[in-house]
Amino acid sequence: MDGPAIERALARMAHEIVEANPETDALVFIGIRTHGVPLAQRLAGKVAQLAGHAFDTGELDISMHRDDLALRDGPPKVGASYISFDVTGKTVVLVDDVLFTGRTIRAAMDEINDFGRPRRIQFAALVDRGHRELPIRADFVGKNVPTAPAEQVRVRLTEVDGRDEVVIER
Amino acid sequence: MNPPAWKHKHLLGIQELSPDEINVVLDTAAAFKEVGERPIKKVPSLRGKTMVNLFIEPSTRTRTSFELAAKRLSADVININTQASSFAKGETLKDTALNLQALNADIIVIRHSAAGTPHFLSRFLRASVINAGDGAHEHPTQALLDAFTIREKKGRIAGLNVTILGDILYSRVARSNIWLLTKLGANVTLAGPSTLVPRVFEQFGCRVTHDIEVAIRDADVINLLRIQHKRQRKTMFPSIGEYAAMFGLNKERFARTKPDALIMHPGPINRGVEIDSDVADCSRSVILEQVTNGLAVRMAVLFLCAGGKHED
Amino acid sequence: MRIRGGRVIDPANGIDEIRDVFIDAGKIVEAAEGEVIDATGKIVAPGLIDMHVHLREPGRTDKETIETGTRCAARGGFTSVVCMPNTQPPADNAGTIALIRQRSEAAGCVNVFPTGAISKELKGEELAPIGSLKRAGVVAITDDGHCVQNNELMRRAVEYARMFELPVLDHCQDYNLVADGVVNEGYWSAALGLRGWPASGEDVIVARNILLAELTDWHVHCQHVSSARSVELIREAKARGVKISAEACPHHFTLTEECLKTYDTNFKMNPPLRAARDREALLAGLADGTIEIIASDHAPHCAYEKEVEFDLAPFGIIGLETELALSLELVRQKILALPQLIEKFTVHPARLLRLNKGTLGTGADADVTIIDPDAEWTYDITRSASRSRNSPFHGWTLRGKAVTTIVAGTVVWKETTA
Repeated sequence: MDGPAIERALARMAHEIVEANPETDALVFIGIRTHGVPLAQRLAGKVAQLAGHAFDTGELDISMHRDDLALRDGPPKVGASYISFDVTGKTVVLVDDVLFTGRTIRAAMDEINDFGRPRRIQFAALVDRGHRELPIRADFVGKNVPTAPAEQVRVRLTEVDGRDEVVIER
Repeated sequence: MNPPAWKHKHLLGIQELSPDEINVVLDTAAAFKEVGERPIKKVPSLRGKTMVNLFIEPSTRTRTSFELAAKRLSADVININTQASSFAKGETLKDTALNLQALNADIIVIRHSAAGTPHFLSRFLRASVINAGDGAHEHPTQALLDAFTIREKKGRIAGLNVTILGDILYSRVARSNIWLLTKLGANVTLAGPSTLVPRVFEQFGCRVTHDIEVAIRDADVINLLRIQHKRQRKTMFPSIGEYAAMFGLNKERFARTKPDALIMHPGPINRGVEIDSDVADCSRSVILEQVTNGLAVRMAVLFLCAGGKHED
Repeated sequence: MRIRGGRVIDPANGIDEIRDVFIDAGKIVEAAEGEVIDATGKIVAPGLIDMHVHLREPGRTDKETIETGTRCAARGGFTSVVCMPNTQPPADNAGTIALIRQRSEAAGCVNVFPTGAISKELKGEELAPIGSLKRAGVVAITDDGHCVQNNELMRRAVEYARMFELPVLDHCQDYNLVADGVVNEGYWSAALGLRGWPASGEDVIVARNILLAELTDWHVHCQHVSSARSVELIREAKARGVKISAEACPHHFTLTEECLKTYDTNFKMNPPLRAARDREALLAGLADGTIEIIASDHAPHCAYEKEVEFDLAPFGIIGLETELALSLELVRQKILALPQLIEKFTVHPARLLRLNKGTLGTGADADVTIIDPDAEWTYDITRSASRSRNSPFHGWTLRGKAVTTIVAGTVVWKETTA
């Protein structure tokens, strides 16, 4: 995907989010670090245009909740999460760049629960590349990209990498 | 995938850490500090791991700090109280440690009055050994939390003038701070009576002075050490009164410090001895924040040393 | 027995040449038949003497016995050892001396010369029965392990010992200056947070001993000298003719305090390892004769006693088996000539202690050490003859060792080529 394709996908996803959540008052967007964060902000911005008001956005670092800590050679780099609003009773739209095994989302959902009790959690992924290892699905998908397990899907965003693109690397 | 920035299984001292490694701990501590501000102050990172607080030299503050840090990481904690334990029956430290290992302890946090005890344990234990203070040698988590506090308040450590005031010779807090601050580029001044602050410390890259005015005049940070007049110190200075008169941070001296100088103390404070009561409670004193930061730093240390499979 | 073709170094008789040595009926003779030992390429020296050894018997035979300690000596090339009195009970009475001599006769494989205490129970308060100790057979008196702090008592001890022609050996340590120190005071004690022991704690007693030797006109020997200032003081006093002498231990002239950084208790000894400049001063003192004697201070301790927190571990390491190789390093580094080194194990201790040893002259006891100065070997502590395992040299590749040790004409140790 190139820059314009990413923007079109996000625009379509914004419409789908509003369709699925007619009472937009209770919506909040939480991006999973690193690339999920600018995506959450873009999505929140687009939904804001459709709904006529702004939405709270937060950042989630899931490193402390990973399920593979005991298998790694060393500890992962961890960062703080920034959720300055209460999630209890809200509809949380979790946003990430790539949905792959589903383990990141599981960790994210565990962590969100430590901040409060959302009414519901929905998940938006820019790319779904298949190969799920857990029963997790995305509610809103930018593009389905079939891949081989050894391939990497790289999402680059202007806010982080200076340009917008989605590429498959072998 | 990048090679891990932290490769140590043990934390025995600051002396063996590089500046980069120190910064990894401080950055990680910042993340864990945020956990302490959530409604549910717990993460599952060390779930299923067992940490033992082996405090041969008693301490309530450091021990509870480590205990809480471990519990917030979802680890299980055992506290060994030496009075009630087999120590009283004459079991050697080595045997005690091996017994704990037989219970599959993953982390042993050790505080002991004999320097070198954590090094000794690390030679035969599979578990991670964390030094919570070994005699006069090091107290690495204290120096790390002190550095975290300084960095949070001042934005940096390099180039700051840091004065450590008090009994340097017998202080593990002083030594760990000396290593850390010099590694990160601070200008360190050590001050106190000549019997407790000998010249040899100049070889560690510090300025040594026995004049409190010189020590505090340009200091950005003043770290006060607790002064004790125990039996072994009686030949070192005549009395607490004389010490307080010459080196105590009283109101008059405090007024001569820089207006934004931080006042720090590892605790517990002796009000009226090394620090005036009012000075301890003033707005520039970060003594209580040190305690909060201590929890985050210890979470970071436990996470880094015990999270992941270290083949140390 | 005929020892053929070796380089015979016998400083007592001024000999350093390739020749044969003959032994008959336990004595050195002009010619003899019998077993031939080929010593080509080797050094043949008078049996070496180690005048500072702890055999731990009676009382701590879990650490070492006269039997195992003397076997270490034999392996190390030593035909005579002088054992220290800090046994349990201490050797402050004729009965304990008699026990030591009896056990040495029965179980020792090299000559054992006991020393007696200076003070009762080594407490430094009252004189031990020095006359009775002399009659029982001690060759010197010492409170080794301890040090008489009361200068008046020490003065009287030296005066009294003069009457019996017993030299006084002193472990130089001022208890107050040393306090609870465990390592040398300096950069490393400050860095490691270990309580330091200033070199002055030794120097001040060395100075005391020099003054008392002068006052009493009798021999005081400073054991295991480790500090630069001690060497200077002794050098200056000897130049004036004072009856003062000194010994040094291989660990002090080989290692320095930097070794302590791992907190390994195998580097914890008394006196402690000191700074590089102290080590250099010891080497200079050995070279110019200020330090006339080398001794091991072989101090066995059980493994469980040493495997504890640094502060709690007992001081001391074993050393009989590595002593010669470490000392030969001095020759390799051109600090000493080989005959000079041999003197420090033969002529000088024999003269100080008035022993009829340390020579290969005709009629002398047939104590001989055959040395291969270039043999390369690795010290494997697990195969030591000692009951104890406390040595920092385990795993070291060393050069030079005794290949045959002969006491009174009998081979008590022979290197098996395996």
